[in-house]
Formats: sequence, C-alpha cells, structure tokens
Amino acid sequence: MSKQTLIPIGPYHPLQEEPELFKLYCEGEIVKDIKWETGYNHRGIEKLSEKKSYDEVFFLVERICGICSTSHPFAFANSVEEIINVEITNRAKYIRSIIGELERIHSHLLWVGLAGHFLGYNTVFMWAWKYREPVLDLFEMIAGNRNNYAMFKIGGVRRDIEKAKIPAIQEVLALVKKKTDLLVGAVTDDPVFHARTKGVGVLTREDIVNFAAVGPTARASGVDIDIRRDDPYAAYPLVNWKVITSEAGDVFAKAEVRLLEMYESISIIEQCLEGLKREKEGDIDVKVKHIPEGYGIGRAEAPRGEVFHFVVSDGSNSPARHKIRAPSYTNIATFKKSCVGQSISDATITLAAVDPCYCCTERLAVAIDRNNGQRIMNAKEIIEHSTQITNRLLNNE
Amino acid sequence: MGFKTFCFKKSLWLFHFGGASCNNCDIEILACLTPKYDVERFGMVLVGSIRHADVLLVNGSINKKDKPRLLEIYEQAPKPVLVVAIGACGCTGGIFAEGETFAGPVDKIIPVDAYIPGCPPKPEAILAGIVKLLGKN
Repeated sequence: MSKQTLIPIGPYHPLQEEPELFKLYCEGEIVKDIKWETGYNHRGIEKLSEKKSYDEVFFLVERICGICSTSHPFAFANSVEEIINVEITNRAKYIRSIIGELERIHSHLLWVGLAGHFLGYNTVFMWAWKYREPVLDLFEMIAGNRNNYAMFKIGGVRRDIEKAKIPAIQEVLALVKKKTDLLVGAVTDDPVFHARTKGVGVLTREDIVNFAAVGPTARASGVDIDIRRDDPYAAYPLVNWKVITSEAGDVFAKAEVRLLEMYESISIIEQCLEGLKREKEGDIDVKVKHIPEGYGIGRAEAPRGEVFHFVVSDGSNSPARHKIRAPSYTNIATFKKSCVGQSISDATITLAAVDPCYCCTERLAVAIDRNNGQRIMNAKEIIEHSTQITNRLLNNE
Repeated sequence: MGFKTFCFKKSLWLFHFGGASCNNCDIEILACLTPKYDVERFGMVLVGSIRHADVLLVNGSINKKDKPRLLEIYEQAPKPVLVVAIGACGCTGGIFAEGETFAGPVDKIIPVDAYIPGCPPKPEAILAGIVKLLGKN
C-alpha cells in the first residue's frame, strides 16, 4: 500500500470565500478520502431566533446566508403563515416570486463566475460578475439594498413594486437574457471547459437519492425535484414554467442546469410583472394580529435547493422552537462520493459544483464520550476551565 | 515621509479573513475586484497568504473557534499591517452579538485601524474606507 498524504484546504484558504476545512487524503494525485470540519462560521441562529419577535426573525434569517437571503425569509414566512393559516394577496405573491427569481439569477451568475474562476477561465468570471451588477442595482431600486432586501413580513411584503419601476426591471431582464446567451456560448462552445468538466465529479441517480441531495445538484443527475412545483407556494402555480433537468450528473450538467434555469427565472419574472399590472397597487399585505399555538413547516426552493424551516409557536411573541435545514447540508455530503477517485486538480471544481454555502450549513459539533455521555474537553479547554475556577476561588476569598 | 506612509504608498495587497459571517461582505469584497469597481487598477489584489499582505480585511462576527485563528493570522502578518473591520458584524457583532458562540467584535481581539459599517457595505463604501485609511497614515 502506498503512503497517503493529507492535503488541507482551508479553513482560511484563497479558494473559499468562507471558512471551512476540507481534508483530502491522497495517494499520489488521486483523492482517496475526504473529511470536512465545520464550526468556523457558527453563530447560533436557531437559538437567537427564540429571543426575537416574529418580525425581527425575518432580519435574522435573512442573514443566515447573504447570497440566498430571500429563500430563508421565504421559508420562514411559509411556515408562520401555515400556523396562522392566512392566504396572502395575489400582488404580494407576485412580488415574492419576483424577488425570489431575481435572487436565483444573481446567485447562478455568481456561481458561473466562480466556476470559471476555479477552472482558470477568468474571462467567464469577469463577465458573469459584470452582468450580475445590473441585477443588484435592481434590488437597490426595489428594496434599497444590494443584498439583504428585507422585503418579507408575515402576511405579505414590506414594499410594493410600483408601475413606474416595471420598465426598468424589464430592461435589465432583456440585458440579462442577452448576456446569458453569451455565457451559454462561452460554456458550451469552449473545448477546454468541456475537457475539464465532462465526466468529472459524476453523481448517479442512486447517489443523489442516498445522500438526499436537492436542488440543481439533484436535477443535474436526472432527479426531477423542485419545491416550487412539488409544494407550490407564492406565485409559482399562477405562471407557466418548467423544471430543468439533465441526465449526466457531472459538473458540466450542473452548469447546464443552472444556466438554463436562468431563462426560466427570466420568464417567471416577466409573467409576474404582467400579473402585477392586473392587481391593485398597494394591496400588498394582510394584517396579522396574533399568532396562535401550533407548528408549521415552510419550504422554499433556494438557488441551491430546498430550504426547510420548522417553527413551533406557543402563542407568545417569539418562536418557541425554530429549526432550519439549508440545502448545502445534504449537498456537501455528496463530496464523499464525487471527489473520491478524482485527481486533486479536479477536486476544486467538484467541490464548487454543488455551489456549497457553508454559512447556511454551519453546525456546532460537540465531542461526547460514547460510554458515559459526558462532553469531552480538549487540553486547552481544561486549562481554561481550571483557570476560571482558580480565579473564582481567589475572588471569593 | 514616515515609515508607515512609505510602506502603504503603492499597490496594497489584501488578505481576506472571513469570520462567522453571512457571506455578504465576502461577496461584496470580491465584487470590488470585478469590472464595475476594479480595484486592481490601483494595484490592489487579494493574496492567498497573510505573509504577503499589507492589509487584513476582517468581516463577520468572530466566534469561539475563529478567535485563536484570527490572533494567529494577525501575529503572522508582516508589520506594519492595516486592519480593516468590514460590515456591522465586524464592527460590533451586529445581529449576532447576542449569540452564544460570539467571542467579541474584532477590535476586542486585535487592533483595528478602520471600521466600514453597513450590512453589507457597498463596494463603493469599502473603497472609500480604504482610501480614507490611506489618507490618515
């Protein structure tokens, strides 16, 4: 047996924007095993949520992840609205869907750019990020901020999209559509891109089912799931669109699914804008006075897959329990299959291909002794603990 | 011309430390490098190692696991180094300051030269902050 080498990626690595540690165990150039370590990004959001009122929780869940900062409020709104059993107005539904789809466009553009960057194809990186800016400008016009839009509230949305703003949105959509053609061309016609991504990081249908992967990762392997169609919410049942799938399961298929999804998003927004023109202006929310006891499940299709929120209400002003599961939580586990057996140089694009979002996924790990259930402390923690006890004794005397 | 002014006269190299953040500030820092803002025309680039950097950009609230690593990275930085805390979380802890894993805002851990507030600050604000910092030194 040959010797295994450990190659760490992270926690603060130029490849990743976020802190996360991957350990690649390699024999020669081939990755034999992969482990990942979390906790660098843990903020205790589920616990924080129990201290805040329902209105404030929206601002908190928005800051779970900056890139999909509408999908979490979306799922949270769905779960709370399930508890109080309220039907929001059509205008609010359209506005919610518009924001959700604009976010999908900017997130997918961001991913295409980063994927190009990881392959050393920096032209695509610069292009994609250049044409992402007009979408962010739209957000600034609608919500007043480039990211973290604070558009959602229980029973509707906070701001209206007035008639005067619609032409500007349509203009940007036309531009994005044209530039998506450009990116599709850059990706599909480029022989180098084909060579680097086809047959790399393949996930079969069985792998997807076994790992319970979601979103574009699953759809690229031929698993036809999409929460927008399977568990309809907001304006998605009111407009015509289709779910994009691909069969190959490699990195190329994932890029293809994301790029084609952008066309669908553009079409959804165009139809929603038509819908907005039919509805009465200003009719954007239903007044909610009280949140009864009970529990609700809210799901939403984020750019990366299904976001799941579970809220328990005890009739008070803040949630009694708030459970969140983000799509990357299951998608990241597929690395165990897709990276193993690849060369190290392909590992980076394979890691990037599921569009992992570590700040959504972050969990706190505590080591517990299996025999007696006690929490295990490391040497540093024990010394710190000991110092604290000494200080306490000194202060008392 | 003082030593510090001499050091920071030309092409600053940046190192980015993302603490426990929501990714937004990270993305806005990256957006500074892309065609619309393009800080590379001033010679600013993101580098992979703190040992090559003149400026340490820190964003996000710092949790218990990040704290020793941030200290270590600061100690490894060649001095003088400018530390910039970016975003509401970097400046004060922001919405996560009440969290149970929160280990203090950046300035409680390492000395900070400039604060750029905002959630997230716009790329223009990040650029303006760094320009002001250079004017000060």
